[in-house]
Amino acid sequence: MQLNGAQAVIKALEYEGVDTVFGMPGGAILPVYDPLIESSIRHILVRHEQGAGHMASGYAHATGRPGVAIVTSGPAATNMVTPLLDAFMDSIPMVCITGQVALPAIGTDAFQEADTTGITMSATKHNFLVTKASDIPQVIHDAFHLATTGRPGPVLVDIPKDLVAAGNPNAMLDWYEPNSHDLPGYKPHRDVDFDAIAEAAELICAAERPVIYSGGGILRSRAAEVLLQLAEMTQIPVVTTLMNRGGFPDNHDLCIGMPGMHGNYTAVMAMQNADLLIALGARFDDRVTGDRGSFAPDAKVIHVDVDPAELGKVRHAHVPIAGDAREIIGAINDSVASLGGIDAQADRTIWRQTISGWQEKYPLVYGDHEDGKLLKPQFVIEQLRDASPEDTIVVAGVGQHQMWASQFWTFNHPYTWINSGGLGTMGYSVPAAIGAQVGMPDRMVWAVDGDGCFQMTAQELVTAAIEKIPVKIAILNNGYLGMVRQWQELFYDERYSETHLGADLPNFKMWAESMGCVGFRVDSPEEVGPTIQKANEINDRPVVIDFRTQHDEKVYPMVPAGASNSELIVDPSQRDA
Amino acid sequence: MTTTARTDDTRTLVVRVENKAGVLARIAGLFSRRGFNIESLAVAPTEDDRFSRITIVVDVSSATIDQIVAQLDKLINVVQIQLLDPKTSVERELLMATLDAPTPVARREIIDLVQIFDASVLNVGFDQLMVSVAGSQQRLDDFEALLSRYGITELQRTGKIALSQLVKVDPTIEQNNKPTTGEN
Repeated sequence: MQLNGAQAVIKALEYEGVDTVFGMPGGAILPVYDPLIESSIRHILVRHEQGAGHMASGYAHATGRPGVAIVTSGPAATNMVTPLLDAFMDSIPMVCITGQVALPAIGTDAFQEADTTGITMSATKHNFLVTKASDIPQVIHDAFHLATTGRPGPVLVDIPKDLVAAGNPNAMLDWYEPNSHDLPGYKPHRDVDFDAIAEAAELICAAERPVIYSGGGILRSRAAEVLLQLAEMTQIPVVTTLMNRGGFPDNHDLCIGMPGMHGNYTAVMAMQNADLLIALGARFDDRVTGDRGSFAPDAKVIHVDVDPAELGKVRHAHVPIAGDAREIIGAINDSVASLGGIDAQADRTIWRQTISGWQEKYPLVYGDHEDGKLLKPQFVIEQLRDASPEDTIVVAGVGQHQMWASQFWTFNHPYTWINSGGLGTMGYSVPAAIGAQVGMPDRMVWAVDGDGCFQMTAQELVTAAIEKIPVKIAILNNGYLGMVRQWQELFYDERYSETHLGADLPNFKMWAESMGCVGFRVDSPEEVGPTIQKANEINDRPVVIDFRTQHDEKVYPMVPAGASNSELIVDPSQRDA
Repeated sequence: MTTTARTDDTRTLVVRVENKAGVLARIAGLFSRRGFNIESLAVAPTEDDRFSRITIVVDVSSATIDQIVAQLDKLINVVQIQLLDPKTSVERELLMATLDAPTPVARREIIDLVQIFDASVLNVGFDQLMVSVAGSQQRLDDFEALLSRYGITELQRTGKIALSQLVKVDPTIEQNNKPTTGEN
């Protein structure tokens, strides 16, 4: 079958099972948009290319399937850099197709030319510049393979316009179904090292103060079930990092919550005092370890990661195991079971008592509402949580609101928490929530956002309104770049340099309405529940609630940047007099 | 032979890569992004035109060799990485230099050095000589040091290239003595 390159791009996407793409057309990608009219693929027309990238990421987070974005060359491609790097840092499978100027124009500083493969080299798992129309089916097949296997990540395919232009003889090709890959340097699968598995199982059984340190790799490899088996068989407490909230149920007795800079006291201290860290799909990020030198000083480490470069990168692993988390944890479970399972575990009575002592003494807390003051943001999160279905997908931007959402929501299911963990991209939540809602149309999706974040990407709510994507946005509006303000209060002598945004401009309710959403504004605690109730009943268009929150509320606990995790600062009400 | 401080902190990697546009940029980008230092780098096609071979001398004071190899291995176009042990590999580097030789005496002395070092004279000018020598890094360092008194107008050195030493003893023949590996 003779096709032109543009038809081949669309056919290749269909061949990969793509049902939805997020994008915006422009000069160089124009030909690819033409056959899209006949395709079964749903195209979501964004307002800014960054939105397309984060939507693809939100879609991938929620569904586990690769998110796809299509944009044009030059500025569209550079607008895609942030979402690509964001997805790269968080190991999110994504394929991005960019238009490029025609091959003969490359290198001439042509209109809307950018060195897209050069610019995105360090923001993608891999990228391709297509140089022959007949390569299109194979390259797109390779791109999906790379994005979804091994450590997942974003892959970009840059396609010059002349290879897709209808009527250009160079754009014609005979369609073929690619069924293999010629990627001699790519070997994502590794044989299981059973010696290491046995060693890990023995360390696990013998440990007196073990902690399972579970990271985003649990979700990427669909390993929540085997993780639960491991924890229950060994009765070892589990911390869930920011990237793995929901990967182990918060309501489980063994769950001790999120570790790290704003983790809860028990999770941080359990790791700090552990004699064994069982790191599963986690990478010892600086936001988890605090000062590396003083992190978990007595702990031996079992480190399981699909990416061998993570093993020993930050922390020496006594038992490094490269491999897929689900496969490796399954093998560890078998090995622990063969040693006797629960009966083979060391006596951990004291450890359990220590942990429950911490939990009792230092739960996550916040102060009561103060008359005449604005809302407590944590209260808003709790109200949202209690009024929404248990499997609601929660999407956050970056900052205080993100930490409160992670802390005060109860995540009992995998794939219910989506956020920008590694890159920390402000403005992530609105488009990512839209992508998640598109992928999971039957689920409720709440974006918890800050007023600063919201103003970066809010225009995508126009996209959502037109496409009838009923996402819900809760803005915790304190009129500040709140996390930065918190640091200024605590570490810069209360010198608030350029963090005040002002809560009243823009008028978020009117802005939401002008974008085709339902808008609410809530100032008092009595209105919180009823307004959420109203929002939850709307399912034909997006809803935005402007919650006016107290600007001096801070996220606790907190480990100051660069400090040891042992120097965790708890809520003022929990500090010793 | 004395070992310089430079060789203590370096390792030689022979990296087989797909012969595709941008591969060198990917490797250079990885090194700069991760803060790994490159001492020298040489790229050339191999016996198979689908692949190129890049010989990289890396500074392991900047990162562990394991981490450098693991990160390199993640590049999709990197097919194979060989870490060469200096004790069991043959290394070569090429030096070319233009020297001032205004007097017959100077010219004679330089030619003597060329003979001693098994180097060669590539080009002769009315008051200059162009010489070249191939060999180990140490040998080139020595040659360069000895030439310096004659006034070096221009000097270029290639990066190091290296291959594993060949097996000296036929492994199918049983030996009483342990197999030895010689210098080269």
